[in-house]
Amino acid sequence: MYSRWVVTALLVWPALAALVVLLAPARWAKHLALVASLIEFAISAPLWWVFVPAGGMQFILDAPWIPGWGIRYTVGVDGISLFMVLLTTFLVPLSVLGSYAYITTRERGFYALMLVLTTGMIGVFVALDLFLFYVMWEVMLIPMYFIIGVWGGERRLYAAIKFFVYTFFGSLLMLVAILALVYLVAQRTGVYSFAYTHLTSHIGGLGPLAFWLFGAFFLAFAIKVPMFPFHTWLPDAHVEAPTAGSVLLAGVLLKMGTYGFLRFALPLFPAVALHPAVQYAIVGLSLIGILYGGLVAMVQPDFKKLIAYSSVAHLGFVMLGIWALTLQSVQGALLVMINHGISTGALFFMAGMLYERRHSRLVEAFGGIARVVPLLAAVLTIVSLSSIGLPATNGFVGEFLVLLGTFRTYPLAAIIATAGVIVAAMYLLPALQRVIFNPLDKSVNEMLPDLSLREIAVLVPLLACIVWIGVYPKPILERMEPSARQLVQSVRLNAASFSATR
Amino acid sequence: MSLDLANSRDLLRALLPELALTLAGLVLLLVIAWRHRTAADVRLAGWVTLAGLAAAGGAAWWLWWHTARAIGVPAMIAVDDFRFVTDWLLLGTAGLTVLVSFDYLERERLLVPEYFALLLFATLGMMLMVGGDDLMVVFLGLELMSVAVYALAGINRHSAASAEAALKYFLLGAFASGFLLYGIALVYGATATTNLSQIGVQVRTLGLAGGPMLRVGLALLLVGFGFKVAAVPFHMWAPDVYDGSPTPVTGYMATAVKAAAFATLLRVLGEAFPGVPAWHQIVWWLAVATMVVGNLVALAQRTVKRMLAYSSIAHAGYLLVAVAAGTSAGSAAFLFYLIAYTLTTLAAFALLAAKGREGERDVLIDDLAGLGTRRPWLAFALAVCMLSLLGFPGTAGFIGKWYILLAATAAGQLPLAAILVLTSVISAGYYLPVIMAMYMLPEPFEQAHAGMRIGRWAGAAVAVSVAGLLLLGIRPNRLLDLAKTSGDGLGVAPGATAAAPPLQTSTGR
Repeated sequence: MYSRWVVTALLVWPALAALVVLLAPARWAKHLALVASLIEFAISAPLWWVFVPAGGMQFILDAPWIPGWGIRYTVGVDGISLFMVLLTTFLVPLSVLGSYAYITTRERGFYALMLVLTTGMIGVFVALDLFLFYVMWEVMLIPMYFIIGVWGGERRLYAAIKFFVYTFFGSLLMLVAILALVYLVAQRTGVYSFAYTHLTSHIGGLGPLAFWLFGAFFLAFAIKVPMFPFHTWLPDAHVEAPTAGSVLLAGVLLKMGTYGFLRFALPLFPAVALHPAVQYAIVGLSLIGILYGGLVAMVQPDFKKLIAYSSVAHLGFVMLGIWALTLQSVQGALLVMINHGISTGALFFMAGMLYERRHSRLVEAFGGIARVVPLLAAVLTIVSLSSIGLPATNGFVGEFLVLLGTFRTYPLAAIIATAGVIVAAMYLLPALQRVIFNPLDKSVNEMLPDLSLREIAVLVPLLACIVWIGVYPKPILERMEPSARQLVQSVRLNAASFSATR
Repeated sequence: MSLDLANSRDLLRALLPELALTLAGLVLLLVIAWRHRTAADVRLAGWVTLAGLAAAGGAAWWLWWHTARAIGVPAMIAVDDFRFVTDWLLLGTAGLTVLVSFDYLERERLLVPEYFALLLFATLGMMLMVGGDDLMVVFLGLELMSVAVYALAGINRHSAASAEAALKYFLLGAFASGFLLYGIALVYGATATTNLSQIGVQVRTLGLAGGPMLRVGLALLLVGFGFKVAAVPFHMWAPDVYDGSPTPVTGYMATAVKAAAFATLLRVLGEAFPGVPAWHQIVWWLAVATMVVGNLVALAQRTVKRMLAYSSIAHAGYLLVAVAAGTSAGSAAFLFYLIAYTLTTLAAFALLAAKGREGERDVLIDDLAGLGTRRPWLAFALAVCMLSLLGFPGTAGFIGKWYILLAATAAGQLPLAAILVLTSVISAGYYLPVIMAMYMLPEPFEQAHAGMRIGRWAGAAVAVSVAGLLLLGIRPNRLLDLAKTSGDGLGVAPGATAAAPPLQTSTGR
């Protein structure tokens, strides 16, 4: 019962709750949304224990949707998507709680959109039918567009439309690729189906078209990740979005891109993905992303922009891990995805809290506030250290695994990427110093209030995760291992067999 | 039910929808001869029109339910599902237009009940045109439709823009009719028949496909239809005419007139010219030009009405992609898209009619600022329309676009599919600002939207359309099956169907 309906419940519940939030009185909106998102988390939490660490999909529900086109409603979770789902349901209640003071206008709309966004995000991670996947991929675009555009900062309109158009552009090309892929597979097998399992079991024989199809998928996902040079929408969207928007954007939406590579681009086009030219290009772009993101972050006066560019760098690690395609590197990539959601999410929360106190995002607006707000300063320090990847925090484990795994296939790339870890320290530590240490030279900062209970409630779960994953990541790693192993093996095997037959 | 069209009783049966509508038209003319002064008279005329449309729709349904098919020698009129489904579409569009017009006519003090008579006869013309299996019937239907719509465009005699629109439409429309007629003459000259299926037979058996006379005739036919559907480069009239006409009429022109012309084009190409490959190339280029120009020029528009006018040109381009696919999947996609597009565009124009007051021409996109907080339901409806036009998942517009892309990729037209999606990205640049203005910009001044009033019936029409859009976006199955069986009924190029396995469908009625 639970394992059959849990995923569908996760999709339907937030959408229903969004309706309730819309219809209820405005002053209840945030409380209703918080309760709804906590229930959502409660629905998803047992997944952790019920999930059996083995390859293949679990919690599958499969029903016909549009039989005329071979479209089915198929959802399921494996060791890769499990953590993305949990990360989403974990971050949403925190984002809602974190918005309590930030969002003061049109609350009903905001919280309803947050819940709709939840449906879209989870839908992307659990869809096992390419039509369903595409629909969810687009559906989450609209709530985010509104969240940035209505509740964002000064240049919110520009940021919102840029975000929308970039993603829309990539995803429409992916749409054509999906249709062409399904058609080509149907020509050979006689079955017209958008089902993931059907398509992955009949790959190959696409000929030179495979390269273009992969290219379309690549573009859609690379824009979302975002990889250098498709990243320019990210700083704008991050800076202008309200705190909750930034947190979910960084914590979950960016992972959709990397998840798309793991789930679709690699298994559907193994031969293209493992083609040396493609590999070198993508590994190269990932390295550029790591270093460039870090270097640009160094010179940002705006704290949110700094975090945004650090995301580019972190996601570069993820891409590197995926493309090195060893068990360790893929596990590391998955772990970095989780860690980035937690650490960067926490950083954005802190940026939002600082902004609420001073109405400025500039680093130089602060200075020496450790004496005024010791608690806030301590948390910010821990979170920054975890983002840098200090041992005993979560950041270290993920990046270490990526580097270790990458070293076996691309030793040079691993060495260059290691420099990225140092760059991370070079942009975050000075920023940290300028915000909370240094002399307290601005009188407005002398009266800043320290963390409130609500803010502590937002941050404590994140801190707990930072320490837990940093010290004892084994439960996570052992749950993702079978799926990651299966992915790596099948991709390598298929790629080898195609290049042998060609 | 098989109908032998040489037998007059069967012929009358086959023409039942058209006959019902003609009868209603005559009754309506009699009614308005006596009652044509007050607002109540206008409403009465509207209700008579609705009754007539409903009767015709019922007749079309009766034929469809009994799977009426023509047997024996090809006749002047086609009897197939494609005709019935397009009939419903046209009748439904006319019905929604009537509902939207009630309030509009009263508000604009256009107390002319002839408005509804013209609407009714225009619809009759469209039905004849779409059902015609003979180029002569097609032409007669087209003229009946066009003359009525010329008058509708100029129905507001107090408005100079309306008069300009009518005159422009009339002049260019007459020009286009000339092209069409000349094309018909040349085709007749080449094949010695005007019957569509017989033209097809003649072309095949006599090997006329390469003949210059036939090809020139076909090209002229395409020019004539290109004018009517406002395909680039024959679109020049459309923005001005759409802009100047009363808004409900614009909605009607952008949907029903276009739908009728498109459906006829599809029938003519599919039945008479499957053996002439030349049109695939022409339609391919028309589709590309229409998509690119329509979308790019729409980007530059500031007023909502002109933006929607160019958007309708862009959508003609998408429909041409379905035509260019030239397969039965293409016809089915075409039908589905037409229905989705019609619902969306009608609702959008109805909302625009509600917003505008004495000159809705001048409603700028920025004038919608703050509508989201002031009139949440209207803003929501308009936002759904914009997303559906954009082809966003969850709306009927997405399913329609998906279907067209499906048909295009299955016909091996990958470049065309790619151009379609790229131009769709451009279209985000003018649909999104509408949403942006409504929700993300503050109201320019207090009471900026106080004048916005949507009447009971227009509101109902919009609500039905929007609900239909959302429903079809999630559960399109029934309509897809209908479109599929109807599209299959249309004779299309047998060779053009690629080697794909047929999509399995559960057909049931």
